[in-house]
Amino acid sequence: MRDLLSGNYAIAEAVRMAKAQLIPAYPITPQTPIYERLSEMESNGVLPGIMVRVESEHSAMAMCVSASLAGVRVFTATSSQGIALMHEMLHFASGNRVPVVMGCVNRVLAAPWSFGSDQTDTLSQRDTGWMQFYCEDNQEAFDTVIQAYRISEATLLPSMVIIDAFFNSHFIEPMDLPDQDQIDLFLPPPFLPERFDLDNPAFVSNVVTAGTQFAPFRETAFHDMENAKEVIGEVDREYREQFGRGYGMVEAVRTGDARLILVTSGSMTSTARVAIDALRAKGLSVGLLKIKAFRPFPWKEVREALQNAPKAVVIDRNISLGKEGIFCQELKSAIANSKARPQVYGYIAGLDGVDVSPEVIEGICLEALNKEAPDDLPVWVRG
Amino acid sequence: METHDIVEDRIRSGHMACPGCGVVIAMRLVLRALGPKTLAVIIPSCSSIIAATHPHSSLRVPAFHGTFETAAPTAAGLSYAMKIRGKEDIAVVAFAGDGGTFDIGLQSLSGTADRNEDYIYVCLDNEAYMNTGIQASSATPQSAWTITTPGGRTSRKKNIMEIMAAHRIPYAATASIGYPQDLMDKVRKARGMKGTKFIHVLTPCATGWRMAENLTATAAMLAVETKIFPLYEIMGGKKYTITYEPIGLPVEEYLKSQGRYRHLSPAEIERIQAEADEEWEGLFQRATGCRPLPVNERGVI
Repeated sequence: MRDLLSGNYAIAEAVRMAKAQLIPAYPITPQTPIYERLSEMESNGVLPGIMVRVESEHSAMAMCVSASLAGVRVFTATSSQGIALMHEMLHFASGNRVPVVMGCVNRVLAAPWSFGSDQTDTLSQRDTGWMQFYCEDNQEAFDTVIQAYRISEATLLPSMVIIDAFFNSHFIEPMDLPDQDQIDLFLPPPFLPERFDLDNPAFVSNVVTAGTQFAPFRETAFHDMENAKEVIGEVDREYREQFGRGYGMVEAVRTGDARLILVTSGSMTSTARVAIDALRAKGLSVGLLKIKAFRPFPWKEVREALQNAPKAVVIDRNISLGKEGIFCQELKSAIANSKARPQVYGYIAGLDGVDVSPEVIEGICLEALNKEAPDDLPVWVRG
Repeated sequence: METHDIVEDRIRSGHMACPGCGVVIAMRLVLRALGPKTLAVIIPSCSSIIAATHPHSSLRVPAFHGTFETAAPTAAGLSYAMKIRGKEDIAVVAFAGDGGTFDIGLQSLSGTADRNEDYIYVCLDNEAYMNTGIQASSATPQSAWTITTPGGRTSRKKNIMEIMAAHRIPYAATASIGYPQDLMDKVRKARGMKGTKFIHVLTPCATGWRMAENLTATAAMLAVETKIFPLYEIMGGKKYTITYEPIGLPVEEYLKSQGRYRHLSPAEIERIQAEADEEWEGLFQRATGCRPLPVNERGVI
């Protein structure tokens, strides 16, 4: 069915169709419409799950963790300060190997207070052991929620499905909503390990022994996260077969002969597609690499895409003070041991949801093309 | 429920409690009263040590070790999951210490109580952060010594029961390891009710209270008999019932049993007596609608 939906509503529809059974939720701009829409569905009797109006994001995740351990499919959504408040519970979720799926709408972390998009809220959760998927548009957000349940329940690792504040969360786009029976075929009810067995009682998540138990747990989780790439690829292939849409962990556009490859994530990618076409029309051989999966990081795919280009430009809508844009850092570390690797030009643009227009992106690419060598520090672009 | 299930202990010998621990006695009584169809939530506290390290468990019921400030929503999450999976006959109990209840977990406890989520919350109150080594919490009584209040705590103990009553939860009760039958009766009563049930158990800590290991039960009884820790229950946040009438011993009998009160002056003991009397009077009035008779008129010591 074709429909017009905001990114928030697209996520809410996906949660309904995924038949999430328990949804602890707490409001925060710009994620609130997900919570409101799910509440409306519940009130209309069309939500298969139970909603719980918790008193904080921290408690939302606590409830997600225990219910998920007890075999229930859960969902919650948050942004910004809410993600930061959850921080402790994010580590706890992944450490307990629960397949929680969470919608995240990127928003500035205070201070100063603001509401526009900035990916630093989710990127600063890089080391919590969650998979992170940055979506370009509302259709992708819907599709990724459905896929994320399959991926998380197969790997027992939690997933964040991430969109940009307002550009995605509030802007309405035409999209395709599959039929429920098709979703049910793709995503059967959860079949999770039984952790609380009355006949064989165990103490789950108790204290481990430092010398012999902690490191093996972490190492197992590390390899499982690396192996999750195969699952992500397989689930995406199946989804494409069934629904005609797939995304990959990265998407390379016109990179084969490119002298410069632009690297983006999130909603900025849509604009970058336009900018790349305009530059190509001017005779410049420029390509685009969209990074969707940030954890696990698709270092192989990134290396392959960049191996023949002399230059790469990373535009980050986020910043790690004392270093640079976070996608830029990750990309540099991914190619550090490549035989052939491009110069990497880092740009910071669009913080707090400032529009990054095709013209701005074209300007960034032209500047990088004309430079001899990249700067040591990122270049700040004002809107 | 089978008879043998009622009496069967669900804490194995070989648990990791200190000698003379009040917490493990409370856990044993609570789990005995709840029976085998129980899931326990434990948070960082003495009980998380008592329940043993991976892959062992000293508990005979499945348990989950959650985070410090989330005993309540973790238990509520399990309770929803049991309901969703059609296992509503399984009771969920959360064990949390006084720090996890009065301090860091109060917000999330308030949240679940407000939503009246269906589980039993048991606060094992040893009146300080004993697991980290005797630091004061807001459950530490005024004037009591802890390592972080070397001169005695300045604030009065928070009245957690009134906070819970203000949420109008179906059931809130105090209980003591000195009165096991009363404790187990309250737990069974809670198990038979829907919604959030709160049980506040005083669990003396020989180590932290600076007393001999064989005085745990005595200290628990003295707390009740001196009216420092009366035994009562509150239905629906309104109907108060005193479940045991204390003798009304002077508070000094309780205070002198513990090294943490060794530094008290006669004036401080007098103040504690006055506060205990005042609190008792308030409780008595709420329970009966009448003021209690003065002590000498009732002919008790």
